[in-house]
Amino acid sequence: MFADYSLAELGSIFVMQGFAGLILFSVFVLMALGLAIIFGQMGVINMAHGEFMILGAYVTYFTSQFFLNYVPGLFGAYFFVAMVLAFFAAGALGMAVEWLMIRRLYKRPLDTLLATWGLSLILQQVYRSVFGPREVGVELPNWMMGSISLTDSIEVQINGLFVMGLTIAITVAVALLMYKSAWGKQVRAVVQNRVMAGAVGINTEKIDRYTFGLGCGIAGVAGSAFTMIGSTGPTSGQLYIVDTFLVVVFGGAQSLLGTIASAFTISQAQSTMEFFLSGSMAKVLTLLGVVIILMLRPQGLFVIKVRR
Amino acid sequence: MSKSSGRTFFLRPQDMIGIAILAFILLVVLPLALDNFRLQFVGKYLTYAFVALGLVLCWGYAGILSLGQGVFFGLGGYCMAMFLKLEASSVENTKIQTTPGIPDFMDWNQITALPWFWEPFKSFAFSTVAVVLVPAFFALILGFALFKRRVGGVYFAIITQALAAIMTILIIGQQGYTGGINGITDLRTLHGWDIRTDSAKTILYFVCVGLLLACILLAFYVKSSKLGRILVAMRDKEDRVRFSGYDVASFKIFVFCLAAALSGIGGAMFALQVGFMSPSFVGIVPSIEMVIYTAVGGRLSILGAIYGTLLVNWAKTSFSESFPELWLFGLGGLFIAVVLIFPNGIAGLWQSYIAPRLGPLFGGAARRTTPPAATPPAAPSSGTAAPAAAE
Amino acid sequence: MNSQVITDSMNKDFVLAVEGLTVSFDGFKAVNDLSFYVDENEIRVIIGPNGAGKTTVLDLICGRTKATTGSIRFKERELTRMKEHEIVRAGVGRKFQNPSIYEDLTVFENLEISYPKGRSVPGALTFRRDRAVKERVQEVAETIFLADQLDQRAEYLSHGQKQWLEIGMLLIQDPELLMLDEPVAGMSVSERKKTAELLNTIIKNRSVIVIEHDMKFVEDIAHKVTVLHQGKILSEGSMAKVQADPKVIEVYLGH
Repeated sequence: MFADYSLAELGSIFVMQGFAGLILFSVFVLMALGLAIIFGQMGVINMAHGEFMILGAYVTYFTSQFFLNYVPGLFGAYFFVAMVLAFFAAGALGMAVEWLMIRRLYKRPLDTLLATWGLSLILQQVYRSVFGPREVGVELPNWMMGSISLTDSIEVQINGLFVMGLTIAITVAVALLMYKSAWGKQVRAVVQNRVMAGAVGINTEKIDRYTFGLGCGIAGVAGSAFTMIGSTGPTSGQLYIVDTFLVVVFGGAQSLLGTIASAFTISQAQSTMEFFLSGSMAKVLTLLGVVIILMLRPQGLFVIKVRR
Repeated sequence: MSKSSGRTFFLRPQDMIGIAILAFILLVVLPLALDNFRLQFVGKYLTYAFVALGLVLCWGYAGILSLGQGVFFGLGGYCMAMFLKLEASSVENTKIQTTPGIPDFMDWNQITALPWFWEPFKSFAFSTVAVVLVPAFFALILGFALFKRRVGGVYFAIITQALAAIMTILIIGQQGYTGGINGITDLRTLHGWDIRTDSAKTILYFVCVGLLLACILLAFYVKSSKLGRILVAMRDKEDRVRFSGYDVASFKIFVFCLAAALSGIGGAMFALQVGFMSPSFVGIVPSIEMVIYTAVGGRLSILGAIYGTLLVNWAKTSFSESFPELWLFGLGGLFIAVVLIFPNGIAGLWQSYIAPRLGPLFGGAARRTTPPAATPPAAPSSGTAAPAAAE
Repeated sequence: MNSQVITDSMNKDFVLAVEGLTVSFDGFKAVNDLSFYVDENEIRVIIGPNGAGKTTVLDLICGRTKATTGSIRFKERELTRMKEHEIVRAGVGRKFQNPSIYEDLTVFENLEISYPKGRSVPGALTFRRDRAVKERVQEVAETIFLADQLDQRAEYLSHGQKQWLEIGMLLIQDPELLMLDEPVAGMSVSERKKTAELLNTIIKNRSVIVIEHDMKFVEDIAHKVTVLHQGKILSEGSMAKVQADPKVIEVYLGH
C-alpha cells in the first residue's frame, strides 16, 4: 500500500495524520482530565460526563451569538469569556448533581453508573427540547481561521493548534491544582483516608462536592474547546464517553500522567490506522487493542504497587 | 433441628405459586385480553426478559454488572436470523440478483459467494445450537480473560460496554457480511412454515413463553443450589470464598456464560417473532436499557425481572406513541429512582408492602434466601436493601 | 519428592518450612529474608509492633500476596507456586483480621459454604444438603456457641459472634494448618475468655499460627513465639526467652 507514495509524501502523510491524531488527543485529554479527577479521586463513574461537556459547548455557542449580535467589535475575544462561563455553568450543575444524587451513592459505584446514565438521558432530552435537535456550530473568530504551512506539503490548521495549546494550559493548571495547592492536598487526603481527613478538620463533604464540580467544570471547558473543531448536538457527548472511559482506565485511574499517555497512544493509533483502513475498522481495532491490553494488564498502564 | 435444613425441593411453595401466576398471566390472561397486534408486542418484550433473567443471576446475585448483554442478545439473534435469511434467499427467490442464492444485502455489496462463516447456518440444527453456544462461548473467552485476572466491578462494566460499542461498529462497518445498519431483514419461513402470518406469530408467542418458563425454572434451580449461595457469598466477601477453597473465577465465568446463553435464546426468539435482527439491539444503549428492566423488576428477583421487563417496555411503547419527548425523561428518571429510591425494584416493594398482608404463602414470593424474621417491613432504602453494591 | 525428603532431613518433621522469604512493594521490603519452621501440632504466635509484616507473612503463606523470592513448603508442597484455592484445598485455613463472613446468608449457609464438598462449579450445582452436612454444621455450631442462631442472617450477629462464626467456618474446613489474625481483637472480656476456650478445643491435632497483641492470651496458648520487626525475625523461642531478650525489650519499650 505504500508503493504509490514517494518517501517525502509518506512523511507528510504521517505528519498530517499525526496532527489529526493530536487534535483527537486534545479532545480525549480534555474530556479525560475531568473524568480522571472524578473517577480516580472519588471512584465515581460519571456516565453523564459527555453531557456536561455539551453544556459547555452550548454555552460557548450562545456566548458567540451574543457577541456577534451585541458586541461584534470584541468578537475575537468571545472564546475566552465563553470558556470561563462554560466552566462555571458545568461546574455548578455538577455540584448540584453531587448534592442531589452522587453523595448518596459513594459506597455503590455500579449504582452511580446507572444513575448518571439516567441523568445523561435526561440532559440529552433537555438539550433537545431547549436547543432543538439540530447540531449547531460556532463561527470562529478571524484569527483562528486558516492554516500555517510548515513545508510545501504539510499544513496545520490554526484552530487545531489553538486547541492543543489550550489543552496543555489546562492540563498544567489541573496538575498544579491537584499536586501543588493546599486544596489539592485536601482532596488527596480525603481519597486516602476519609475518616482521618475528617478528623483533622477537613470538611470532606465539601471537598467531595467541589471535586465533582471541578471535574464537571473541566468537562465544560472541554466542550468549549470542542466547538472550535466540531459542531454540537444533543447527543454529541455520548459519542465520546466510551472512548474517554477507556482512556482513563487504560491510563491507570489515579495517574494524571497515565491519562495523558494513554490518550496519546489511543488517539495516535486510531488516526494513523484511519488513513489505511476504513474509519470504522480503525476504531474497532483501536478499541479492541485497548480492551486486550486491559485484559493483560487490568490495572492500567501506570499504577503504583501498593501494600494491601 | 433447624428450619434451613428441612428443604429438599428446589422450589419453595411461594415460588411455585409465583411461577403459576406468571404462567397463568402469560398463557391465559394476556392471549385472551389482547388482540393479535398487542400480543405480538408482549411476545417481543418477553424476548428481552430472557436477558433480564440472566442479569438477575449475573448482576443481582453475583454482583457482576455487564453492560454488554446486548452483544449476546445480538449473537443469538444473528445466529437465528442468518439461518432464516439463508432459507429466504433460495436461488429461485433471488434469481434477479447478480449472484442468486445469497442474501440480498451481499449481492448489493458486490459479494459473489457466500462467506465461509455463513455456510454452517444452512443447517437448522447447527443454528439452534449456535444460538446458545455462540454467546456462551464468547462469554467464556471474555470471562476467562477478565475474571482470571480479577477484573471486576466498574472495570468489568466499562470493558463490556466498550465491547458492545465495538460489536455495533463492526456489524455496521461490515455490511456486506452482516447486513450493516439495517441488519438482516425480510425473514420469511422456517422450514417452509411462514412465520409472518398471525397464526404463526401466535404459536411463536406460546413457544417463547414456554421457553421463558423453562429458563425461569432453570434460574430458580441455580439460585437455590449451593452455587446460588456461593454467588451471594462472593458478592459480599470474595476473598473469604476464595480462602474457603473455591476458584472464584470459575463461578463468575459460569454465571456470566449462563446469562449470555439466556440472552442468546432471547435474541433468537426475537428474530423469529419480529422477523429481523439489527445492530440497534446490540449496542451500548439497548444493553444498558436491559439492565434497567432487571433493576425495575428487582435485581434479586427472578420473577420480578419478567414483570420489570414487561412494565418498562409497555411504558416505553405507550409513551413513545403519545409523548415521545417525555419518554427519555421517564427512562432517565427511572434509572435514578431505581437506584436512589427503590433499589430492590418492584419485588422489593411487593415484599415490603403487599406480601406481608397476603399471608405466609405469598410471604416471600422472592428474594431473601431466608426472610429475616425481625426486620421491619417498611425500610426499602435502608442499608440492607442494597446488597448489590459489589466493589 | 521422596529422595528430597531424605536428603533434606532438616525439613522432614516440619509441617511448614518458610525459607528466605522476601516480598517488596516498590523497593520497600515488607518481609525481608524470613525463615522459620512450624512443627506438627505446634502453636506458634507471631508478635511484633505495627507494620512489622505479620499480616503480610500470613498473606504470603495463603497465597494472597506473591513472594518476590524465597520458598514456603507445606507438607513438602511448594505453596508459592499454587493458587489460593489450591492452597486451601491442600490444608491451609486462614482467618482474617476483621470478621469476614457472608452477611446476606444465614449462619447455617455460612458454615455450609465452608464445608469441604462441592467446591467445583458442577459440584456446587449438584450439592445435596444431606444428613452428614447437617450434622457437621450442627456440631460446629455448638462448638462456636451459635447452635440456636442457625437461621439468623449473619449480619444480625454481634461482633464477637461474627468472629466465632468465621472460626467455625475454618473449623468445618478441618485444615492441617490454621492461621488466625488477631482472633480476640475488639472482643469484650467475657467473649475473650470464651474465645480462648474455643481456640483451645479447635487447635488439637493441627498446627496453628496466631497473630496476637494480647500478651496474656499469647502466654496462655503459645508453644513458641516469633517476634517480627521491620520484616525480619528479631527473636524466636519460648515466651519467657523472648520476653527476656534485650532486643525485644528495646523494640517494644525503646521508643
